[in-house]
Amino acid sequence: MSIRDRLSGNEAIATAMRQINPDVFAMFPITPSTEIPQYFAQYVADGKVDTEFICVESEHSSLSACIGAEAAGCRAITATSSAGLSFMNEVLYVAASSRLPIVLAVACRALTGPININHDYSDSMAERDSGFIQIYAENNQEAYDNYLQAHRIGETPDVRLPVMICEDGFITSHALENIELERDEDVRAFVGEYHPEHYLLKSENPLAVGPYGTSPYYMEARVAQAEAMKNAKRAILEVAADFERTFGRKYGLFEEYRMEDAEIALVLMGSSAGTAKAAVDELREQGVQAGLIKIRVFRPFPAEELAEALKHCKAVAVLDKSEGFSACGGPLFAETAAACINLDRRPKMVDIVYGLGGRDFTVDQAKRVFARLGRIVETGEIGPVYTHMGQRDLREEAQ
Amino acid sequence: MAYNLKQEMSKPERFAPGHRLCAGCGAGITCRAMMRAVEPGDKAVICNATSCLEVSSFQYPYTAWEDSYIHAAFENTSAVAAGVESALRVMQRRGKVQGNFKILAIGGDGGTYDIGFQSLSGALERGHDFTYFCYDNEAYMNTGTQRSSATPRFASATTTPAGVESVGKKQNQKDLTQIVVAHGSPYVAQTTFLGNFKDFHTKAHKAIYTEGPTFVIVLCPCPRGWQYDAELLPEICRLAVDTCIWPLYEVENGEYHLTYMPKKKLPVEEFMRLQGRFRHCFKPGNEWTIEAAQQYVDQKWEELLAKCK
Repeated sequence: MSIRDRLSGNEAIATAMRQINPDVFAMFPITPSTEIPQYFAQYVADGKVDTEFICVESEHSSLSACIGAEAAGCRAITATSSAGLSFMNEVLYVAASSRLPIVLAVACRALTGPININHDYSDSMAERDSGFIQIYAENNQEAYDNYLQAHRIGETPDVRLPVMICEDGFITSHALENIELERDEDVRAFVGEYHPEHYLLKSENPLAVGPYGTSPYYMEARVAQAEAMKNAKRAILEVAADFERTFGRKYGLFEEYRMEDAEIALVLMGSSAGTAKAAVDELREQGVQAGLIKIRVFRPFPAEELAEALKHCKAVAVLDKSEGFSACGGPLFAETAAACINLDRRPKMVDIVYGLGGRDFTVDQAKRVFARLGRIVETGEIGPVYTHMGQRDLREEAQ
Repeated sequence: MAYNLKQEMSKPERFAPGHRLCAGCGAGITCRAMMRAVEPGDKAVICNATSCLEVSSFQYPYTAWEDSYIHAAFENTSAVAAGVESALRVMQRRGKVQGNFKILAIGGDGGTYDIGFQSLSGALERGHDFTYFCYDNEAYMNTGTQRSSATPRFASATTTPAGVESVGKKQNQKDLTQIVVAHGSPYVAQTTFLGNFKDFHTKAHKAIYTEGPTFVIVLCPCPRGWQYDAELLPEICRLAVDTCIWPLYEVENGEYHLTYMPKKKLPVEEFMRLQGRFRHCFKPGNEWTIEAAQQYVDQKWEELLAKCK
């Protein structure tokens, strides 16, 4: 039995946390994720959870405390954004390589500079190789649902990796939307208890975590971690299947929207998908065979599945909401292009970097991208592969 | 029960032999003595900052630690310890842990005075129930003796070398013990290796069994960095306390107690003379460095005596 409510993304995630009642929450505030620990602090104050809630002195320490707590045998969680995630960088790798299934909620926000508090994926994309599983949400419902699945995915015995649950800063984190919540007891039954096999506070058998790994051992550890990330793909689908059986909402590695016979398609992430779906619907009414793919799971990257979904397309535009400064496209483009490299017939592919630092993304813009894809199909000419969209021409304005 | 060295040494070792620390290194001695101070019936979790100690005591697939141990990074040991302590608290509340666990953190002066200072300060302020041991060898030894804020003035380090234009490090060291005291920690102690280890053991035991964030700082000579022959380690420790360069004292709930009063306060040059890092101070023309070092030690000693009254 779902409960209809109206919540922001931050409150939806905080609600999921309350329902799960984790062992340890180590917090440090940063916009726009700050509300998550604030809501949680109130749950602690009101006796709705009995989590050990610690207010540490930095994001570096919040994740470090999670590392200590998770290794000690606990479910440990935190939340952050932007510079806070960057400050965690070193310890993200420690958490992942120590195989500690911490769950980290990220309200994605631009990185400095200039300093900016609004949404793009420059923070989470900068950590795409940290060894965290990364799952992205289009809206509040997905942020909540993804969070409910996170612990089970990370704690799967042949995975044991930390998980980032990403929502779009402000757009999702602060906007109120209708949402279906599940009952506390149903959530607890679905998520279950955490029973790690080895942990620091196991009195009958001590554990040592975080060794110096010399050349004869380092590579084996890294390969084992790489295998775990491959296993995560299966675990994500298994947990999603159980989630659908239990709560009725269906999730995959990505969402295909009107892709069955699509000739031109967008690949994108997060809240922009809602906007782009409106454009797809309009174009479909005009008889244009347009579709889109919304990436839900960026790590592990669903390369084979994505190639399969795109192989019948003639032209594809990847929309990157972060600038990778590679001078040849953003990170989503690099992954998508690599995924398609071994297809016998590949779609032509361009990258468009957009929406940086909270710049609006509109239905009209999405339609213009589709129009460009139409011209590529018509003429066979790709044109510039890597472009930006939505920025003003400051030179023109100066004139 | 009165302290008895023989009895203490007959306890099973909790920091096992076979680690890769240098002969004459103080870190291993610190760990053995620290673990002797944990009651045999109690368990411990050791949180270790990246350091010589970490790379030498837990090199996969071997560990010298008989108790649970975690290393995460250089600068975050106190935060990791805070996480372990929080875990212990909630797991006890939820009936998920058996036995009595003590949370210990250990780092060198780099991981404590410098890069780990923020996380140490945060954990002290929050009041976690843990004991931090700093093994202070007065420079970044793991990377090859670069100066730290614990390096004494005039010591030659690889980033403050002596030369025709240099007499070693320019600044006096940070007084970390006083900084920890200022956090309101219930027990803070300064010790080193002396005689039958009674001073070390008593302080370590008191720190571990005092509730709240407690701190023990250990002067911990390093034969490579300080440039002395390994067998001189006890002599150097004795001279450090008899010259009052490293006074032995403790602060219990803000109250200072001197735990060792030298029978005769020796000149600092006796401590400096045994170590290659001060060699240049004894060259003609550099006599003033020894005078300045003496002056500083005298001043700090008088300040401490005033606090201990």
